[in-house]
Amino acid sequence: MSLEYSSMEMMTIAAARRIKDDDIVFCGTGVPLLAAVAAKKIHSPNCTVFFETGAIDPDLDEIPLSVADPRVMKGASHHGSLLDAFNFMQNNRTGPKVLGVLSGAQIDAYGNLNSTSIGSYTEPSIRFPGSGGACDVASFVGRTMIFMKHERRRFVDKLDYITSPGWLTGYSSRYDIGLTKGGPEVVISDLGVMSFDPETKRMYLSHNFESSSIEKIVDETGFNLDIDEAQQEPRPTKNELSILREKVDPLKLILR
Amino acid sequence: MTDEDKVMLASEAIDRYVSSGDCVTLGGFTINRNPMALTHEMIRQEKDRLHVVLHSGSQALDLLIGAGLVEILEIAYGANGRIAPTCVRFRKAVEEGQIKVEDYSNYQISLRFLAGAMGVPYLPTTSGLGSDIVIKQGIDERLRNQRESLPDNKIIITQNPFSELKEPLVLVPAINPDVTLIHVQKAADDGTVRIDGLSFTDIEQARASSHVVVSCEELVKSRELRAEPWRNCLPHVLVDAVVHQPHGAYPTACFGYYDYDMEHLTKYRQISEDDLEFEKYIDSMVRHVGSFGEYLGMISQDTLNSIAAESELGYARRKSR
Repeated sequence: MSLEYSSMEMMTIAAARRIKDDDIVFCGTGVPLLAAVAAKKIHSPNCTVFFETGAIDPDLDEIPLSVADPRVMKGASHHGSLLDAFNFMQNNRTGPKVLGVLSGAQIDAYGNLNSTSIGSYTEPSIRFPGSGGACDVASFVGRTMIFMKHERRRFVDKLDYITSPGWLTGYSSRYDIGLTKGGPEVVISDLGVMSFDPETKRMYLSHNFESSSIEKIVDETGFNLDIDEAQQEPRPTKNELSILREKVDPLKLILR
Repeated sequence: MTDEDKVMLASEAIDRYVSSGDCVTLGGFTINRNPMALTHEMIRQEKDRLHVVLHSGSQALDLLIGAGLVEILEIAYGANGRIAPTCVRFRKAVEEGQIKVEDYSNYQISLRFLAGAMGVPYLPTTSGLGSDIVIKQGIDERLRNQRESLPDNKIIITQNPFSELKEPLVLVPAINPDVTLIHVQKAADDGTVRIDGLSFTDIEQARASSHVVVSCEELVKSRELRAEPWRNCLPHVLVDAVVHQPHGAYPTACFGYYDYDMEHLTKYRQISEDDLEFEKYIDSMVRHVGSFGEYLGMISQDTLNSIAAESELGYARRKSR
């Protein structure tokens, strides 16, 4: 079956649908940023996008390729420092409204993320960039949305390194260790959408995409994934697709 | 020292304020305002055995590591946006065990500079509870004892002394680098500094350090910046040296002046994958070059024109392909 949209477009739109009008979205670059801009242009015009570098609600006329791209600076409501940006995630007024968008090289069943290294920490076989602000966001904000490429080597039973704390070992473990706010809400992969059980905090499949069967998702997941609740995510509408292609990433910098 | 004495060439500033074995930090963030001119000079003068502390480093850091000058690195992030998802020389150096690296988060490193600037030994946060960042050390005790600039411990978990609930807290140690290198839009002959656009953690880094070397796009008279002091970012007394170097952050961006050079950064990433190619690059573009001005002379005028910022945007509008 050939589709009139790519898996990256589906992923972006699935994420955009989950961004609400009063959300304050903490964004990195790439697909998460497209999702935030798409949400703003499709159904959540009042959502505020901000970056760990300190830029709050910039114009984003062009897609930035880094959170320090000068394109995050133009037209912003405020330019603060890094410390200001992280305090914006922690204060009692704006902090709980922040939806943090994260990613990583590895994820486990409780939404903990590794973006540091593979192998032993002091003698790694592969080194990644490191936390950046991800660990801070995962620790502080009200809700987090995680983007992942859905592969067995990335959805693993045990992380080589916990860079960003999710639900840790499930149940109340996150709260018990001292993280009283937040926790992962949803994981969006190129194959589907995962949520977390309200009690056990373990990941389960909530939606598969039109192009990916539930069997394929189970196959590409390195831990036991509950599929009982799974339903199909509605395909992108014409309106969603045309806004994404024409207004969000017209130069196809991210959506190739 | 009179104000005029602060204005000097990059070669003089680096010679005077940086020594081998120093603890150094760099301003900017990923593809923006990296102190490239000052970094090139560090490489030419072979300031080695460095202890570098940084939140999010990219081009300048990657060059310093590639040149073999970094021994110890305390860092949160080593990448160049979407151009290099992990900086290549950084990645290779860690994977091959050439540098000692220890991870923090961006906020934790920024707090470490703030603590240094405040003159307090540490600051608390909840960031990192439950993560390996608060557990795993990359630097052993022997090295910690050897190097005065390294804290005795990486991070300490304690309990809130103000509350009966004794909530857990992460304490991050203050850092006071020997020198901060930053590139800014405008600086005055007396050392007053103005940054346009995002200042990242530059201000805390500068306040925490024993010395601050600044390079600038425009060198102006102090009275020009003092006409609007609320726009200034560092007072003259914090700055030791002012180097006038237009395009001093190239190939990274400088808001309002020029964009990052996508082509140069992409080519750098490709070259840096190969050890020999990288050596050739650093020899021909940095080591055997007389000055940063000479390096810029090797970049075509068309390239520099193509990245010139449009005044109403602060960056160069992308051309549709």
